[in-house]
This record gives sequence, C-alpha cells and structure tokens, in this order.
Amino acid sequence: MPSILAFGSYLPPRILSNAELAARLGCDRAWILQASGIEERRVADSESVAEMGANAARDCLAHANVSIGLILVSCASGERRFPGPAAEIATLLGLSGIPAIDLPIASAGGLFAIALASGLTATFGNVLVVATEIMSPSATEKDTAILFGDGAGASIVSPGHGSLEILSAVLHSDGAGSAALQWHHTGPIEMNGLAVIRHASAKIPAVINETLAKASLRAQFIKTFIMHQANQNLIDRVARALGVPSAAFYSNISRRGNTSSASILIAAAEWFLQADLALGDAVCFAAFGAGFHWGALVARAT
Amino acid sequence: MTPTQQKIAALVAKVSNKPVPTDPEESLFDSGILDSFTLTDLVGELEQAFGIKVPDNDLKPRRFDSIERIAAYVEK
Repeated sequence: MPSILAFGSYLPPRILSNAELAARLGCDRAWILQASGIEERRVADSESVAEMGANAARDCLAHANVSIGLILVSCASGERRFPGPAAEIATLLGLSGIPAIDLPIASAGGLFAIALASGLTATFGNVLVVATEIMSPSATEKDTAILFGDGAGASIVSPGHGSLEILSAVLHSDGAGSAALQWHHTGPIEMNGLAVIRHASAKIPAVINETLAKASLRAQFIKTFIMHQANQNLIDRVARALGVPSAAFYSNISRRGNTSSASILIAAAEWFLQADLALGDAVCFAAFGAGFHWGALVARAT
Repeated sequence: MTPTQQKIAALVAKVSNKPVPTDPEESLFDSGILDSFTLTDLVGELEQAFGIKVPDNDLKPRRFDSIERIAAYVEK
C-alpha cells in the first residue's frame, strides 16, 4: 500500500498580528480571535509561491531524501495565470525533467494532492506533494482578511513502506457551490461565509465517516485528526459532529491562520515532528473548500 | 410578538442556548445571541419548522439579523 514518508513546511518570517490587522480593518482584535481562533498569521513580503513551495519541499526532502518521480503542486494563488508554479518548483529543486503538475483548487488542494499521489505511486514511484499559497494580499474584505495567511507545506508519498500507510481516501466535488468562495482574475477573494460554514459543517463529518468506513474504522479509533485549518470554530464543530473531543484535532491555526491548501500540510509537518505514534495508530486528514471540493484520507502508523 | 415571531424566538433560543430578546427588532448579532455558526444551525431549524428551503444566495447575515427580519423572510 502507498505510504507517506515525510512532511515539510515553510512559513514566511513576517508575522501579522490581530492587533495590526484590527487597526487596518477598523475592527476589534478580540472579535477576530473569537470569530476565527486565529491570533496571528504569517504573510509573504517578496517571496513567490514557487520559492515558498521549494523551501517546504527542501524541508520535506531533508526528512526523506528519496528519488522523486512526480511532483504535484497545489496552488490557487500563483502570480501568473499560467504556467503554475509546479515546473518552477521542480527546477528550483534541481528536478527539471520530472513531470510537475499544478492543482489550482485552493483549500482542499493539499489533501487532494496526497490522495491523488497515493494512486499514482504505482506508475511514478515517489511523489512529491507541495501546497503553496499567498492568499493574504487578496484577502482584503473583513471576513477573509481575518482568516488568510501565507505559507507552504510538502509531503512525499511512496509506493512502498513508510511512516504512515494510507488505508483509504475519498474525494468529492460539487460545482453548485462555486460562487460561495471564489477569486476572479481581478478583485478580492469573495466568500459567502454562511454558505461555506453550512456546507463544510455537513460535508466534512460525512466524508470523514465515509472514509473511515472504507477502512473499517470509527472516529473514536482515530488518534489524531488533521483538518484544513480554515477556522477553529469549524474544527470544533466537526469534532462535535463526530462525537470526539476537539483535542483529537491537531490545530495550529492560532499561529498560522488559514493558509488555504497549504494549511493541512503545514499542520501535518508540525504535528509529525512531535507526534508520539505507536504501531497501528490511525490518523485522519480532512479538508473542504472552494469548488466545492472536499475529502478525507486515513492512514496508519507502521 | 406574532405567533411566527414566537416560533422563531424559540428556535433562536434552541440554537444559541441564550435568552432571546423580547424586542423582535433587536439585532441578534450585535447582542451576541447569534454568530455565523449558530446562524447556520438556525437556518436548518427554520427549514424544518417552516418547510422552506433557504438557498445559499439568501444566506446573508442582514436577512437574519432580528426575529422580525427572519419572520419576514420565512413568511415571504
């Protein structure tokens, strides 16, 4: 079975605090924390999505220095319409010539890339997954500005034995929700927060249960859930719907904000560094976002 | 309050676990009774209680900001 070998992350050094953001938006800093669970986020200054993605990949490759046969890059915030950053990241890593594919689907892209990679390892061998996003400059409306930060995450999915054996994955998409969270070629990111919350609150627990059922598991058997770091209130809500404590969900959103598709890999990288995993411990990844795209993936420590 | 407003007030109390204002015009957001998450719960309750379907495009906080406004919406 395919397995996850390692994770990596990169965060730009500049910290944007709620105090600074509240002054810019003309709102109460306490309200930002209450509405999102976010205390601060990182924002890119002069870095590109490709440079950040390459940095996350280098961090990941430092943990598992294997040959790479395919690169999947999730990025919905590239500086250009095309090409996306995938090929540039490959070149920055000295991996020119290896196929590098862009997945511009935003929030759920990191999860989708890992799930797709697990199905492609039989053909390509080790797949380097990268998710890199610079959303903050275009998150100018109050409801999005409080959420988005910038950052990049990475993972390597292998056809062979690795730290986390992938047991099952389920992915869904529904374009009926495309207008609820969108970013046109010009203008700010637009979000109907209530619609996103309504759909995410229902679809994330459902797809987690669907994915767990495929692996003959139940939520209570999962040691750690790692969800797209969209909003702490949403994470808590999903935990309640599954009947597990919020503490079962790893969260770094208070320090990182919502980094769109990169968030799940950044969270996984930070979690994995301090995870005390025993043989057989199960971990569940889940994401929901623009599209709508949503899904979950279950893996087991080996 | 009208019977519809009273029915809505009961649903607001159910999803918020907070005392509901007696003034149907009072803002449910400014008073801290509803937030974005409890409002989505309320919308689900309204759909069940009044046999309506609230489309995503109608999910605007202003539309559900008071018991009076909610009543106007469900009666429309």
